[in-house]
Amino acid sequence: MENGKDLELTPQNYWKENVRFLSILLVIWFVVSYGFGILLVEPLNAIRVFGWKLGFWFAQQGSIFIFLALIIVYARGMAKLDEKYGLGEEPTLKKK
Amino acid sequence: MDLQTLIYLFVGGSFALYIGIAVWAKAGSTKDFYVAGGGVPPFMNGMATAADWMSAASFISMAGLIAFLGYDGSMYLMGWTGGYVLLAMLLAPYLRKFGKFTVPDFVGDRYYSDTARVVAAICTVFISFTYVAGQMRGVGIVFSRFLQVDVNTGVIIGMLIVFFYAVLGGMKGITYTQVAQYCVLITAYLVPAIFLSIMTTGHFLPQTGMGATVIDPVTGQDTGVYLLDRLDGILTDLGFKAYTEGTKSTLDLFFITVALMAGTAGLPHVIVRFFTVPRVADARTSAGYALFFIALLYTTAPAVGVFARSNIIATVHNVDYAEAPAWFKTWEKTGLIKVTNMQPNADGKVILDMSRGAKENAVSVDRDIMVLATPEMAGLPNWVIALVAAGGMAAALSTAAGLLLVISTSFAHDILGKVVMKGKMTEKSELLAARIAAAFAVCVAGLFGIYPPGFVAQVVAFAFGLAAASFFPVIIMGVFSKRMNKEGAIAGMVVGLSFTFTYIVYCRFVNTDPSIWWFGISPEGIGTLGMLFNFVASYVVSSMTAPPPQHIQDLIEDVRIPKGAGAATHH
Repeated sequence: MENGKDLELTPQNYWKENVRFLSILLVIWFVVSYGFGILLVEPLNAIRVFGWKLGFWFAQQGSIFIFLALIIVYARGMAKLDEKYGLGEEPTLKKK
Repeated sequence: MDLQTLIYLFVGGSFALYIGIAVWAKAGSTKDFYVAGGGVPPFMNGMATAADWMSAASFISMAGLIAFLGYDGSMYLMGWTGGYVLLAMLLAPYLRKFGKFTVPDFVGDRYYSDTARVVAAICTVFISFTYVAGQMRGVGIVFSRFLQVDVNTGVIIGMLIVFFYAVLGGMKGITYTQVAQYCVLITAYLVPAIFLSIMTTGHFLPQTGMGATVIDPVTGQDTGVYLLDRLDGILTDLGFKAYTEGTKSTLDLFFITVALMAGTAGLPHVIVRFFTVPRVADARTSAGYALFFIALLYTTAPAVGVFARSNIIATVHNVDYAEAPAWFKTWEKTGLIKVTNMQPNADGKVILDMSRGAKENAVSVDRDIMVLATPEMAGLPNWVIALVAAGGMAAALSTAAGLLLVISTSFAHDILGKVVMKGKMTEKSELLAARIAAAFAVCVAGLFGIYPPGFVAQVVAFAFGLAAASFFPVIIMGVFSKRMNKEGAIAGMVVGLSFTFTYIVYCRFVNTDPSIWWFGISPEGIGTLGMLFNFVASYVVSSMTAPPPQHIQDLIEDVRIPKGAGAATHH
């Protein structure tokens, strides 16, 4: 508990922070795919970026790049959270 | 060297590699057999997951499907990749922390019920067999086209190879074989795509080439016209819908995408891969690697679709039959390209026409040949064609092997080991049972390949809908709700699965008229509604029954934190 400042480093708080972090990422996930790629595709298609109509780009390529970015942000953010709460695991050395 | 020799060389070489790896990674224990000893590095696991996940359908059919669907193809692109976000954030880390061998293990323990375990095991077997039925046929078709044998012989060759490394090596053998198969399949996919992109637009990356301007093939000058605009223009002139616009209703598109995403996250053969890494943090990173390796193919596929569609129109639309390119004649012989109602016009020439509804000389192209025929269409060298052949086989075999393993594990571990012979099986006899079950599953899968049930073309969507409607809610609530109890979970699975199954069977086989679809939701998208019913049923039933016992609530608390995952794998 040496670096506990504003909240107690309990597993319950770890879980709360985790769920909040997740919710933010999932909102982005929903907006780029279902929002930009499906529901708002027509208005976005009026915007041109090089040869692309923007809505079409989100549906066929853009959302995939953003999905990947979300998982990377998630993995990094959770690693930090694990460390903050001291709940992570040391890398184990295993053969093969 | 001629094409056939090159194909034998590439395919034979890649098979020798896979079998060599299987022998090297022979499984010694049940832990090796089920979860590869739990020590696979995340980077490797990402590759293996990507190969496991990308089947013959992704490799061979997807680009062609998108080429013909245009914007509507987005549901496959977003659905199959977006599911990894759910998998990485909502399932993989917790299942890894739980640390057993299978999904039914989790369901059975979390819901303290052998009934739940058996229902989950039956769902696993059912989903996996539905999926594998399509794969084995795919294996047969790829073999027959490239090795010049008939489809049934192709299926049998495929069975023998899968049998060898799945039965002998178990998860450990499959994991390392899949790493090799991923390398083969991604190279085979990217090489022709890069060639095509350079030829059409001068861009090295197909991903940017798709949105670039077209280079005139004769003069080599940049025409200043964007590829997508040109394609939209040609298609609307021919009376088709523009490539970048869809024909499906927004609601249907939405539902299908959700079903594919939740289905991806609930597919047992993908989930089981996250049990094979050492730590919870590794499960998260390995989901990231998996999506990266998948995205390499999935962002290339729409580009290949656009190049292929433009290419076909450019080379075939309004062309004299006598002047049709050589690849056209080759594929015409296989029946996969057809010219209907061939009639010479006033000049005595036959003109090929791509326009829809043309009475004379209309050309129809089978979607599945897009990836396989594209290298020939673009006149790429023979070694590229041979490479594509090896890649298609790698894609089909890796998925078939992963599925067969899940089937045998579910049977030997979840049903036999945990319920029927509860506690009475030694590790050795369980391993033997798993091997026998794998052998049996290979034979059944082979039969599906030789006598394909009529629904093969739809099976993938079928399997996804069922996974979305049964597993996904049960696992999510198992982690995120402490109140969810066994009565709720069982009710949810039964409601979701039976509703989805009935709707699909009814709309596919009994009354195939789309006008009866509820709110215009196609059978591919109905899993989403099944999933919602599952959530509602489990919520209602669980709030009317007693909360789960204290030790289960402790288990949930424990699953939520990553610490101590290593220990949990030791039974």
